[in-house]
Amino acid sequence: MPSLKDLKNRIGSVKSTRKITKAMQMVAAAKLRRAQEAAEAARPYAERMNAVMAGLAASVGGSDSAPRLLAGTGADKTHMLVVMTAERGLCGGFNSSIVRLARAKAAELIAAGKTVKIITVGKKGREQLKRDYADHFVAHVDLSEVKKIGYDNAQSIARDLIHRFDHGEFDVATIFFNRFQSVISQIPTAQQVIPAKFEQAEGTGSAALYDYEPSEEEILADLLPRGVATQVFTALLENGASEQGARMSAMDNATRNAGDMIDKLTIQFNRSRQAAITNELIEIISGAEAL
Amino acid sequence: MADTMQFDLVSPERRLASVQAREVRIPGADGDLTAMPDHSPLITTLRPGILTVVSAEGSVDYAVTGGFAEISAAGASVLAERAMPKAEVTAAEMDALISDATAEAGEAPAEGKDAAMKLVADLQTLKAALGL
Repeated sequence: MPSLKDLKNRIGSVKSTRKITKAMQMVAAAKLRRAQEAAEAARPYAERMNAVMAGLAASVGGSDSAPRLLAGTGADKTHMLVVMTAERGLCGGFNSSIVRLARAKAAELIAAGKTVKIITVGKKGREQLKRDYADHFVAHVDLSEVKKIGYDNAQSIARDLIHRFDHGEFDVATIFFNRFQSVISQIPTAQQVIPAKFEQAEGTGSAALYDYEPSEEEILADLLPRGVATQVFTALLENGASEQGARMSAMDNATRNAGDMIDKLTIQFNRSRQAAITNELIEIISGAEAL
Repeated sequence: MADTMQFDLVSPERRLASVQAREVRIPGADGDLTAMPDHSPLITTLRPGILTVVSAEGSVDYAVTGGFAEISAAGASVLAERAMPKAEVTAAEMDALISDATAEAGEAPAEGKDAAMKLVADLQTLKAALGL
């Protein structure tokens, strides 16, 4: 049976925990709105890009002169996994769900006899993957100093990827991130970026026949690296929104749990106090009776 | 013939403009071109330069650095890698871009050397055109 003083301390500490989680939830809510706006602002570009690239890829893709970023190296030996997680914890299952997906994919590839290389973006994923896959790490991108994710960040990741691809370091690259669905639901997603794959947007089949200036191949060669950067950027933004959403709901739960705990502890505190008073009274009364 | 067309200017981070335009002057990779309503469908890459949009409200200039433009009879959309209203560009930003491009040109392999040098020259021209 804890003493009254212990209980009081306990209640005090849970109360300050609740204050912290409540504050974190509100901060996450504000950041979520901003992250969602950023993700929405980036959408028109990504959609157009995808549509144009899909059209180009369809017309050039079959030929022998197709760029390697589109056609691939012809091999399927070395896989690059780009695992994007958050820099901070306390966001529920956000980091773990991405890592779980990446880990499953890595295990599957290794079992199939392929070489796996891993680039981690964000500290948390690196920590979680370190135990099993530290030998496979080739690079780490630290975004902890970055306040607002910009296209530049995505571009430097994409540039690094393409540089490695050109030097024959890998054949296939896949990015792992959480797609933002809603505050309570984020979907861990694996997306292949090299060789490029495009979801054929509906209605593009009958698009007008475009003139290309310079040639189709040249435009495609120019656009493919941008396409990779755009996909990475979209993933980073989706991830940013997902992280805040996950943190918001995790902190909301934590706040509610803290509230429940405070109620329970307060009842226990009141009961013990009453028990102590009753005890004292009994002692006094029985003392008086004895006289 | 319609006298205006839908024009969109988007960069990866935001949509800069979405207006009914009478004509759009685009710095294409192979030379400047002007898109007007009912232009034949065309996709072209951009070089760094100034993009001018003429609409009913007058004309607006944007500085763009690379990207591409998609023009069809109904409208034009420009997907610029980096774009901003002409007045917002600062000399420091341009200098940073130029020094980045110069560094890259230095590292570029032989076959990409010309293109990289041209990019630097285009950026310098753009800077001069902006009066910075």
